[in-house]
Amino acid sequence: MAALSPKPIPVPTRETKPYWDACKKHELHIQQCADCGHHQFYPRLYCTKCMSDKVEWVKSLGRATVLSHTTVYRPVTQAFAADVPYVVAMVTLAEGPQMMTNIVGCDPEKVHIGMAVQVTFDDWTEEISVPKFKPV
Amino acid sequence: MESLRGKVAIVGAADTEVGVVPHLSATQLYVKGAKLALEDAGITKDDIDGLITCASWVEPYMYHAEMIAEYMQIFPRYCLNVATGGGTTLAIMHHAASAIATGVCNTVLITMADNMLSGLSRDRAIEAMSTAGHAQFERPYGPPIPGFYALLAQAHMHKYGTTSEQLAAVAVACRKHASLNPAAQMRQPITIDDVLNSKLIAQPLHLLDCSLVSDGGAAIIMTSAERAKDFKKKPVYMLGVGEGHSHEHVSQAQSLTTSAAKEAGERAYAMAGLGPKDIDVAELYDCFTPVVIIELEDLGFCPKGEGGRFVEGGRIELGGELPINTHGGLMSHCHPGHPGSLFSITEAVRQLRDECGPRQVADAEIAFVHGQGGIMSTHCSMILGKEAN
Repeated sequence: MAALSPKPIPVPTRETKPYWDACKKHELHIQQCADCGHHQFYPRLYCTKCMSDKVEWVKSLGRATVLSHTTVYRPVTQAFAADVPYVVAMVTLAEGPQMMTNIVGCDPEKVHIGMAVQVTFDDWTEEISVPKFKPV
Repeated sequence: MESLRGKVAIVGAADTEVGVVPHLSATQLYVKGAKLALEDAGITKDDIDGLITCASWVEPYMYHAEMIAEYMQIFPRYCLNVATGGGTTLAIMHHAASAIATGVCNTVLITMADNMLSGLSRDRAIEAMSTAGHAQFERPYGPPIPGFYALLAQAHMHKYGTTSEQLAAVAVACRKHASLNPAAQMRQPITIDDVLNSKLIAQPLHLLDCSLVSDGGAAIIMTSAERAKDFKKKPVYMLGVGEGHSHEHVSQAQSLTTSAAKEAGERAYAMAGLGPKDIDVAELYDCFTPVVIIELEDLGFCPKGEGGRFVEGGRIELGGELPINTHGGLMSHCHPGHPGSLFSITEAVRQLRDECGPRQVADAEIAFVHGQGGIMSTHCSMILGKEAN
């Protein structure tokens, strides 16, 4: 029962709600500056490049490459025990920003730096779907 | 900017018993460390007019430094609590040195302790530390603390060809030094095979690539170089200090393989007017083995990407080119959380006072200490010397 998941379920804030609302629809949204075009993640009040307040939500292509990865054998808490071994990774989105994620849908041993991956969503509750990545 | 070079000295340094210390609470460890440091300096608590502490996980107080002052009944005119993880110690000393040099206070007591092992249990300590991850954008993916560092290790191995055997050599060196230190928590020597055969925690890191969970406390006393001459023991002078801060969350790091240790080190060397070749002994933050390899590179002890090869062949062991972590480090001496890097300072002081017995680095004149906190987030480097000039 995903709804009973004891994992750390994200609690959206006013700043992050548009992100989680998009995830609920299985879309990955990030911010883009209307003034300088810079993409950023996580969401912020201002553009980290030019400090403009004209940051807008845009739909990401959801394509990324693996920047680094680790296969976890000792779970961080018992809530993750059933998932062991699981892959924690950092990926670089096609638009530029990087994010932490899990790589799913493949043998952990097949994950490698530079691997092309595509976003997929894990429905944790009715409100929260967590974006993860799988091989293209 | 006026330089702090040679203006401030450490005149007292002491550790409590470390490792498994169930008979002392976290607060008692802070106070015991303080008492031992006062004795080492040959002064009384009434001589202290500045107090800085780190936060405790196990016995937190909203005004922690004030709590310790109250408990000891000392009444400082400079009093604060700092928490930047493993970088806390050196950042605190940077603040203390600035306060002393500008006349805000004269004699500062820095005491740091915690009992992560007896106060929390190993599992709860590990879980508590994992809350360092971003609540919405990291923790849902289940990264344990070793997992964060495993991301750095994997990137370094991919980019520079660093091997698991090279990571293991760091743990072997620390354990070898701990075997010569009666105070260390883990003293049984280990081999590279022992590390590689220990349980895989987060690939490529094995159990023995990870530091300990411990109880313990340490304290130091700092004062101006002029006053330092009047204390019981020969002072150890701060010749250089520098910080670098690059991110809080590792998922926001601009590089996984080069850290802000580079800026911290460059700033410390510039202040001291010294370089890596001048260093006799280095106490480097070693929460996980790959951290030491990245630090050795970023602090200029070897070219970027050569850290893995540098740690081979006993080069970082006693008798080698650059002995590191002569007390055993966080890997084998103890790691009670925030205070971890203060044991690097107290060890560096003992090395420069020639008090280390079988683990003494012969003719040690200049020591380098580096602390980092977060996930390679906050860095502070310090260069200490026997002489002020």
